[in-house]
Amino acid sequence: MEANTHFPDPSQVREELIQRYPTKVAKKRAKSIIVNDPQIIPEVQANVRTVPGIITQRGCSYAGCKGVVLGPTRDIVNIVHGPIGCSFYAWMTRRNQTRPESLEDANFIPYCFSTDMQEENIVFGGEKKLKQAIQEAYDLFHPKSIAIFSTCPVGLIGDDVHAASREMKEKLGDCNVFGFSCEGYRGVSQSAGHHIANNGVFKHMVGRDNTPSEGKFKLNLLGEYNIGGDAFEIERIFEKAGLTLISSFSGNSTVKQLENSHMADLNVIQCHRSINYMGDMMETKYGIPWMKVSFVGAESSAKSLRKIAEYFGDEELKAKVEAVIAEEMPKVKAIIDEILPRTKGKTAMLFVGGSRAHHYQDLFTELGMTTVAAGYEFAHRDDYEGREVLPNIKIDADSKNIEELKVVADPELYNPRKTEAELEALKEKGLEINGYEGMMKQMTKKSLVVDDLSHYESEKLIEIYKPDIFCAGIKEKYVVQKMGVPLKQLHSYDYGGPYTGFEGAVNFYKDIDRMVNNPVWKLIKAPWEKAGNGAALEATYVTQ
Amino acid sequence: MLLRHTTKEVKEREGLTINPAKTCQPIGAMYAALGVHGCLPHSHGSQGCCSYHRSTLTRHYKEPVMAATSSFTEGASVFGGQANLLAAIETIFSVYDPDIIAVHSTCLSETIGDDLQQITRKARDDGKIPEGKHVIFASTPSFIGSHVTGYANMVAGIADQFAVSTGSKKNQINIIAGWMEPSDMREIKRLSKELGVNIVLFPDTSDVLDAPQTGTHVFYPKGGTTVAELQSTGDSLSSLALGSISAEPAAIALEKKCKVPFETLDMPIGLRATDRFIMALSKAGNVTVPDEITADRGRLVDVIADMEQYLYGKRVALFGDPDQIIPLTEFLLDLNMKPVHIVSGTPGQRFEKQMRQILDERSPETKFKNGIGADMFLLHQWMKNEPVDLLIGNTYGKYMARDEDVPFIRFGFPILDRIGHSYFPSVGYSGGLRLVEKILTAILDRQDRDALEEKFELVM
Repeated sequence: MEANTHFPDPSQVREELIQRYPTKVAKKRAKSIIVNDPQIIPEVQANVRTVPGIITQRGCSYAGCKGVVLGPTRDIVNIVHGPIGCSFYAWMTRRNQTRPESLEDANFIPYCFSTDMQEENIVFGGEKKLKQAIQEAYDLFHPKSIAIFSTCPVGLIGDDVHAASREMKEKLGDCNVFGFSCEGYRGVSQSAGHHIANNGVFKHMVGRDNTPSEGKFKLNLLGEYNIGGDAFEIERIFEKAGLTLISSFSGNSTVKQLENSHMADLNVIQCHRSINYMGDMMETKYGIPWMKVSFVGAESSAKSLRKIAEYFGDEELKAKVEAVIAEEMPKVKAIIDEILPRTKGKTAMLFVGGSRAHHYQDLFTELGMTTVAAGYEFAHRDDYEGREVLPNIKIDADSKNIEELKVVADPELYNPRKTEAELEALKEKGLEINGYEGMMKQMTKKSLVVDDLSHYESEKLIEIYKPDIFCAGIKEKYVVQKMGVPLKQLHSYDYGGPYTGFEGAVNFYKDIDRMVNNPVWKLIKAPWEKAGNGAALEATYVTQ
Repeated sequence: MLLRHTTKEVKEREGLTINPAKTCQPIGAMYAALGVHGCLPHSHGSQGCCSYHRSTLTRHYKEPVMAATSSFTEGASVFGGQANLLAAIETIFSVYDPDIIAVHSTCLSETIGDDLQQITRKARDDGKIPEGKHVIFASTPSFIGSHVTGYANMVAGIADQFAVSTGSKKNQINIIAGWMEPSDMREIKRLSKELGVNIVLFPDTSDVLDAPQTGTHVFYPKGGTTVAELQSTGDSLSSLALGSISAEPAAIALEKKCKVPFETLDMPIGLRATDRFIMALSKAGNVTVPDEITADRGRLVDVIADMEQYLYGKRVALFGDPDQIIPLTEFLLDLNMKPVHIVSGTPGQRFEKQMRQILDERSPETKFKNGIGADMFLLHQWMKNEPVDLLIGNTYGKYMARDEDVPFIRFGFPILDRIGHSYFPSVGYSGGLRLVEKILTAILDRQDRDALEEKFELVM
């Protein structure tokens, strides 16, 4: 891609971002602030500890495990073992929508469950209270599954949530109870929690139900959490194209779907960071290949559909996919033609998540806008540089603490969906199987890539670049807007969405158009504050 | 049905809290510290705590909420958090340059036994705190009390660590704000000015969490009680603590350290709690109440009298924080309404004692419960058994309100889906007027919605 000549000198920007830090901090941060070159991808320091005292966007392992991965499945009772706060803060705040089929179907998403640990539980141990809580949840709701999430003190006082879960599972008989050691201090961000969640779902859920399902083209959608209804839109498109969704991980999903997910013939991965472990483990154990897709952006959605059709290699499916694209695209095109003149040439910055900062760039490209700087909150080097760097990533002490499951082929259920030769043929057609090229190849030369952006750096970037829109989360929202720059939340979508698929793209175009062209940004200064206007002039008039 | 699994039958629970009517201490400490000018709250624990607290406060205020964290990892959790906090103090002063860092603990740092007093002293000894700057702290373990306790602990810490007694008294009264909104703090200051009493209000989040749009992000907004004001509280004539749970501990700390006598009052929510506040402040400041305030009071009484038919006997369920719902319950009774179910997640015997005083004579059959087991699940079950005409509580109440088809008024913390609480007070006579307006609007809108065509009223 061509370099954008309007950029300020990025290496100078980098110096400016770090100059105020104490020497050691500056040295560390410098490795995470990189001037991009899509041809020769430079190394980005990522997934390392945040310096204490730095105002970071990051959260904790518990947030990644319970909040992100397990939260969206509607019929699990998720009990948070700990003091009340952790469960309270994760109570519906991620907007995982779900649509139970009938009033009789279970839906625990609007509920918040906690053992509400008190001082005596910290001193004398909380396992007894936890088991009591599991029993009470079972007696009240009779759920298919109960999941237990450990918060910080649980690991320190030595409560064994796994043993307690096993005991209760045995006692209850018809309820699958399992625990997660996702204490907030594990790892360096939410990312550790994603991995822990993947391990738990793989161990305790996937593969429990071998019922073969109907459908010719069966797939799972991994790393889609149905924020703002994103999964609903993808479901709509899949259905139209004749694709059978066995399970999503985990937006709008159920226990049964997850347990049956190994019966699918393809895993497509939307959010690489949070769920790639699952893709790899299911491939090893069951022989299901995975493929990176993105349904963020109309073009990307079309491309992803074509990739899926190519994978299944069925001419009828390919034709149907083309028909769907041909039907959907003109509606998208009509809107973009209307909006483009108002958004073209504007600039965006994206600092969010472990995947979104990459894929939302596609939507901005469709709007004719340039991404001048981007970075993730909790991603790893492979999300920036592509999976080919995986063998070179050093495993540090913080990553070592996260269990790496030893997965082998299942003696009965392993069934390679494609032969080696078929996979080779697909690769030759340009289909990347089990691969992801990362964010940086797609970004322009000399754009800035910053991992784990701090508050201080974000204010500096805004001062220097004056972007037309900044994308981040709720903690950044009003800080950035106070600076007169609209901020689009890409965790909660500012309570809008969906933004995936064709209809989602249209929603996004309209929202961005509205935000960057909102007249309110021109009303910030009072008339008397504007130069050459106001009180002074009027005073002259009065004295005349 | 959103809460489709909530059963009508109430069963005692010992292990499981469902839909809590409280959250944890540190968020209260963070909120309190934002009411000190030039102060950066600091969460000594995992990153998640700080992130969750900032997010929740931001959603409630739709304003920047700046705070830092010790970013604990597994190593820090095993070997102690001292190194993290010392590093954090150094980083914060060089990058964010606050006048004060207000450190609060978390369940993690409390469980491993980090001693904030010792660590902050070490920071001073090691020269990590620049001349003229301050690091204060409060112990706020999440496994004791609630967010209200955390607020009270931080406010007490602020009083204890800043107040100085110089030996000569100043002609001023301390007003210690219980957990209230920036709008409420602004109204307390306005009322005091109208009365003509010199006050130091702390903490004070007005002009911090209701900052204007200027095109610039002011990291330390102009509001907040200043260090000089806080230091002077030790020389004040007396203190008024507005809230027995969230404000009194600071008044006790001031009395202990600087011998400032205090009186504890309810938060001035509703007619009679405001009466008591005005009486107490006029007495403490030795002033007579000006006619304007009497007229404000009269306007509130006038509206209650004019609209009494719509208020009479209406059954209300409410949940929230003790210092707010105690005076609110009294106010509902003064409006001739009937509070029937009340829960508050914050533990403590003061709640029961004060509720008994209010309810025993006028509504002995009212169900109320606080502390462990007093959650919204229980409240919802009570509502299913004995239905109500109105629900009052934080945003989470909207799920119950929708399921039970009951009018709903947002009041308390957090309010995530409406604005207004930061701008329009609930305290004082004007706050009372606002509450009555909200209650009437909710009730009358419902009457309009449900009225038969021939019974649809033009004038109400």
